[in-house]
Amino acid sequence: MDSLAIRLSAVTKRYGPVVALDRVDLSVAAGEFVALVGGSGSGKTTLLKTINGLIRPDGGEVRVAGEDVAATPPHLLRRRIGYVFQEVGLFPHLTVAENIAITPKLLSWNPARIADRVMTLLKLVALPQDVAARAPSALSGGQRQRVGVARALAAEPALMLMDEPFGALDPVTRDALGVDYRALHRRLGLTTIMVTHDIAEAVLLADRIVVLDRGMVLADGAPRDLLMSSRNPVVLALLEAPKRQAERLRERLGA
Amino acid sequence: MNARIDAALKLLPEYLGWHVLLSVSALMLGLAISLPLAVAASRNARMRWPVLAFASLIQTIPSLALLALFYPLLLGLSALSETLFGQGFSALGFLPSLLALTLYSILPILRNGVTGITGVDPAISEAADGVGMTGWQKLWQVELPLAAPVIMAGVRTAAVWTIGAATLSTPVGQTSLGNYIFAGLQTENWVFVLFGCAASAGLALTADQLLGLIETGARKRRRGLIILGLAGLLLGAGAAMAPIAHFGKPDSYVVGAKNFSEQYILAELMAERLEQTGAAVSRKEDLGSSVAYRALAAGEIDVYVDYTGTLWTSVLGRVDNPGRKALLDQLTVELKRRDGVLVMGSLGFENAYAFAMRADRARALGVVSLDDLARVAPGLTLGTDIEFLSRPEWKAVDAAYRLNFKAKRSFQPTFMYRALSGGEADVISAFSSDGRIAADRLVVLSDPRGAIPPYDAVILVSPKRAGDRRLIEALRPLIGAIPVGAMQAANYSVDRDAGKVTPVAAARSLISPAN
Repeated sequence: MDSLAIRLSAVTKRYGPVVALDRVDLSVAAGEFVALVGGSGSGKTTLLKTINGLIRPDGGEVRVAGEDVAATPPHLLRRRIGYVFQEVGLFPHLTVAENIAITPKLLSWNPARIADRVMTLLKLVALPQDVAARAPSALSGGQRQRVGVARALAAEPALMLMDEPFGALDPVTRDALGVDYRALHRRLGLTTIMVTHDIAEAVLLADRIVVLDRGMVLADGAPRDLLMSSRNPVVLALLEAPKRQAERLRERLGA
Repeated sequence: MNARIDAALKLLPEYLGWHVLLSVSALMLGLAISLPLAVAASRNARMRWPVLAFASLIQTIPSLALLALFYPLLLGLSALSETLFGQGFSALGFLPSLLALTLYSILPILRNGVTGITGVDPAISEAADGVGMTGWQKLWQVELPLAAPVIMAGVRTAAVWTIGAATLSTPVGQTSLGNYIFAGLQTENWVFVLFGCAASAGLALTADQLLGLIETGARKRRRGLIILGLAGLLLGAGAAMAPIAHFGKPDSYVVGAKNFSEQYILAELMAERLEQTGAAVSRKEDLGSSVAYRALAAGEIDVYVDYTGTLWTSVLGRVDNPGRKALLDQLTVELKRRDGVLVMGSLGFENAYAFAMRADRARALGVVSLDDLARVAPGLTLGTDIEFLSRPEWKAVDAAYRLNFKAKRSFQPTFMYRALSGGEADVISAFSSDGRIAADRLVVLSDPRGAIPPYDAVILVSPKRAGDRRLIEALRPLIGAIPVGAMQAANYSVDRDAGKVTPVAAARSLISPAN
């Protein structure tokens, strides 16, 4: 048995002449919070989607909890993996409760257990119980993304994939949701892979940062280690940006 | 006026019932075909273009032509099935109408279906995959519910089109609300025409509103509206179709008629005599000229009246003219031998093609015969009915007299007489038994070269009824019983503008004086 939550071996993906992923190797242990960072076109979203089979690699192998993704029916795989993305994608014809209940329903949980689970999740993502019967269109952006997180967590997955989950939110909501999710990650013992272009967010939330550039892993390690040990100018520039910003903020605000 | 509305109302249950049955069947079939097609086309971009292009192509065929084209196609298929399985089917009436209308209903549902499904927000589609739905679960739980309002809008369009186009199924022998319109047009019964239009429009509006309830319900996610709309549709369709539930009994006689007044009158005359024997009789009216004979030979109608010259030229393809008696004799032998069709005999009058002019105009031009007409033709306009110029009779006349008209225009028979009196045509291809010849005081030009064959009205009986004693005994008294004057008077009583009567009433007056 493979004790790793995720293992990618020499994963390659091409779009025509463009190489999105170039023989990427990556292992993630259970319980880790990994941030995938890099500019646009670096391959970070493509990498994330090979893990739940939304994108099929052209070469290499992806294993989730020891299981070969290519050999698993994708819908069964995805019911075991939480997936949150920037556009949220709540079903507009279903209520908040029905949205959250969708994966448990696909797994044929009994109705009482589902109803119970929905209430627990609303509490978990800090939403009032009375939003359950509302339509997604009646919620604020932050509330919608909280429902998105609740829906992803509904079937009690051990692994969460997040694609710029808080990217469309205002800074205050974004910060609050980030902090809340980090707490959930720890409390529920989740393994989380989060794609973000915001280095500050990556540094604040993740245990480990993987820097991608043109489909290759440029650097991989804890935020502090990367800053200390990396010699790559791109990585250093990337990591020093939030640090410089923080210093400037302190100067201007005089804290 | 009131009498005509009463007459129209009495026919409504039967006409409306068939119209609804036809429209509902076509729409259901259209839905069953176009929805899966829309799903397939929205999944596969390469298939989308050809499928939509084909559906659009069908829509460009005039609906009447689409209906007409199914008749020979089905006739061929029926013959094939007869040889293969020993069992043919009716190529006339319901089936060709159903198929043509089904094809017609496909485009709006298909196009809106594709638009609706491909228009689902990609984020929602990705979420459906992300939460672990299979392709089918995604289709049923996400894509179809979200596309439902757009699809329903397509169904509404299809319903309105289908109900409107169903009026055109009358000429291929399917009873519909179009019977009011076609019969009314022929007999200048504008009350009937308006009644048919209003009934069809009312039906279309009702269906549209009920489907609109379902569409609104789907859009606002209100189940109550959807149920209300569905219940309204089911109840309405059920109530409309109830009166025809007893129709289509196999034991009944089918009397056919072509699309002009004389034919309606004679069909009513024969139907009445058959009904007096206690038989159930249904009518298939407004059949195209050559459709009628083929329908009889195929046994889809049992009896109708045709004209010897028409059969001689159009069915047997002959161009010679052996004389009135010899032609009838040869025709009787040939049709029996070729198709098993029984020619019972002449009703006693001729309805020949006759070139007619206004008396004053003929006198001014010095025209008495077709020879005279040929001389002045380059300055004249010929008005004909829709089919005359493509018939062999015209070719024979043209070959014999060389008629080079300044212009040739086709009209519905009704409007042809109007054109003559209004001066839009100088000479028309009239019918010798038409009451309007005497009433309008028209001059019929003589045919010194004998180019136009005789046109004795004869009763034809289908092969399968050729030995039916009841039918033959009921109709035999009509042979030789109708002089041309009586027929002209009966035709005129239906065609005239003021004080017109129904073909049923005209049929009764046609034989009662002789009794």
